[in-house]
Amino acid sequence: MKKTLKQRLAILSDAAKYDASCASSGTSKRDSTKGGIGSTEGSGICHAYAPDGRCISLLKILMTNFCIYDCAYCINRSSSNVERARFSPEEVVWLTLEFYRRNYIEGLFLSSGIIRNSDYTMEQMVRIARDLRVKHGFNGYIHLKTIPEASAKLIEEAGLFADRLSINIELPTDAGVEKFAPQKHPKNIRRSMGELKTAIDEASEPTRTGRKKHFVPAGQSTQMIIGADAASDATVLGTSAGLYDSYRLRRVYYSAFSPIPDSSKNLPLIKPPLMREHRLYQADWLYRFYGFEIGEITAGRPGGMLDLQLDPKLAWALANRESFPVDVNRAEREMLLRVPGFGTKTVDAILVARAHRRLGLDDLGRLRVSVKKIKPFVVANGWTPVQLIDRVDLRDMFAPAPQQMELL
Amino acid sequence: MRIVLKGRGDFEEWRDAARDLLRHGIAPQHVDWGLNQGLFEETPAMAGSIVPGRSLTVPKAFLDLAQAMICHSDPARFALAYRLLWRLQGERYLLEVPTDPDVARARRMEKSVRRDDHKMTAFVRFKEVVQDGPRRAFVAWFEPDHHIVARTAPFFQRRFTDMDWVIATPMGSCAWDGEALTCDDEPAAKPDLSDETDELWRTYFANIFNPARLKVKMMQTEMPKKYWKNLPEAELIPGLIGGAEQRVRDMADRMASETVPRFHERLQART
Repeated sequence: MKKTLKQRLAILSDAAKYDASCASSGTSKRDSTKGGIGSTEGSGICHAYAPDGRCISLLKILMTNFCIYDCAYCINRSSSNVERARFSPEEVVWLTLEFYRRNYIEGLFLSSGIIRNSDYTMEQMVRIARDLRVKHGFNGYIHLKTIPEASAKLIEEAGLFADRLSINIELPTDAGVEKFAPQKHPKNIRRSMGELKTAIDEASEPTRTGRKKHFVPAGQSTQMIIGADAASDATVLGTSAGLYDSYRLRRVYYSAFSPIPDSSKNLPLIKPPLMREHRLYQADWLYRFYGFEIGEITAGRPGGMLDLQLDPKLAWALANRESFPVDVNRAEREMLLRVPGFGTKTVDAILVARAHRRLGLDDLGRLRVSVKKIKPFVVANGWTPVQLIDRVDLRDMFAPAPQQMELL
Repeated sequence: MRIVLKGRGDFEEWRDAARDLLRHGIAPQHVDWGLNQGLFEETPAMAGSIVPGRSLTVPKAFLDLAQAMICHSDPARFALAYRLLWRLQGERYLLEVPTDPDVARARRMEKSVRRDDHKMTAFVRFKEVVQDGPRRAFVAWFEPDHHIVARTAPFFQRRFTDMDWVIATPMGSCAWDGEALTCDDEPAAKPDLSDETDELWRTYFANIFNPARLKVKMMQTEMPKKYWKNLPEAELIPGLIGGAEQRVRDMADRMASETVPRFHERLQART
């Protein structure tokens, strides 16, 4: 018997949850005052949160979870006995629009198992995006996961309708990809990223008419699975830095390897390393927004692994005590950004405020900074932390109390 | 001097009063701001003469700040906004000192209002209602913390332009019919609504959740419990949390099957 729409929605959203991204931000500004339905206004909106703490912003589904590839880490690999289903393009369009009208979502994140071949699959996905935009005047957000080995012409067309395109790098090293995803080729994945970057760059160049071409306005992103292979944090972050620099990716997502039903025997059946994933995101942030080099973050870390107990910025500060204390009334922006407990917004506020006043700890407290946390690291009006930074127990002041290890 | 306002997010109401006070040179400590709680109370005419030569210009940043603050539900908002306005006449750069206690407090109010705006754009859930005519019609019930309905409604107009909708709240309602956006500040009653599509949404919510990554605190920080009663998906949350550990254990206990699907065998045979 044919499965109902509801049954297939259950299967094809369950199959999509291993993709971490649900972002709907950073695209061009659009609304429907001149027709159609939907809008995008810069910042994304999380319409719900699941008990896994993840934001639900988009309808994140697979077009189908039938797949001719056999990637060991994937719930949809051909050798898995997971239940299979497929949506027609019309069904995906209908679900997206009806969910959107009820304000459940910002738009669609469509991915798919590979059926027949890459181009056939990609064609179907492009058709869904085109129908949403052209037939239904949909102005909401669309993220398409491009299919590896799909032709450049199809990717180009996808880019006309999608806000974001992504292709997953899957694992931090080429050797890992070859081992676990024998039909995927890291070289080709990087070539696709390179081609997309070139196309995005070309579209953003000013034209004679002054009108910019609408092409993947929210850029490209990728995802790496953490903990399925033996790659260290230093390797993971090095790969990310390379991707950010070479292909100007908007985001690299880290996905702690999570046990899947009917799992391949080649993989560890472990609790997903969520804290490790969290530390990687923090380090990624330090690289992109705080002026840290990857080498600084991982220097001296045993086995190239980040400290799970301390956030990487605090760990760096404790390992580089000679750089502190930092004078909040005089230090350059770059140095203020290195103070554990100061975010980029706090630093900007300090720079504005200190042009008018000399700042003390109470002033910093009014910026919603944790005075207790920053005290050892700063000099402020009426405050010098001479002894604190030399304390041997400084680490203990910050490290969380020991906990019993949890078994799976 | 006692000033009585309706105080339901109407910026002009406060601005007119503040402008008069400033023109008369009445210092913030001599003003007592009150709310008109339905009782018949009116602000008496202002005594004294207008102070000549007082310019009433304020930085644009103050207007944005005050417009948000006035929507806050804290009764102290009017006095604080007036104190800032008063101080700005002498301290032109006041708003550039985010560490000033008055500015910091005002910014906190502003932030709380903007968060409320954002949560409204996120958690309003439209239910379809039957209507004659070519346009589809939807109704939503939402419970904001502050008087934000009128300032957030244009977002829904820009987004859901091709459908009729009403958003009703205990702090006023807004409606769009394709021609005009109309708002009032009267408390509305909660309508009795249902929509079949909610069942598909709940199916999605339950299946996109990964039981191996339970992070309940994180969810509740972003989606506090006070919103749950109006979210169709929230009734599933206790069950999803309660069953998560067992589902992960089941996955761990179940070894990978020895048999593979037939189409996998066919694929293997092809290569």
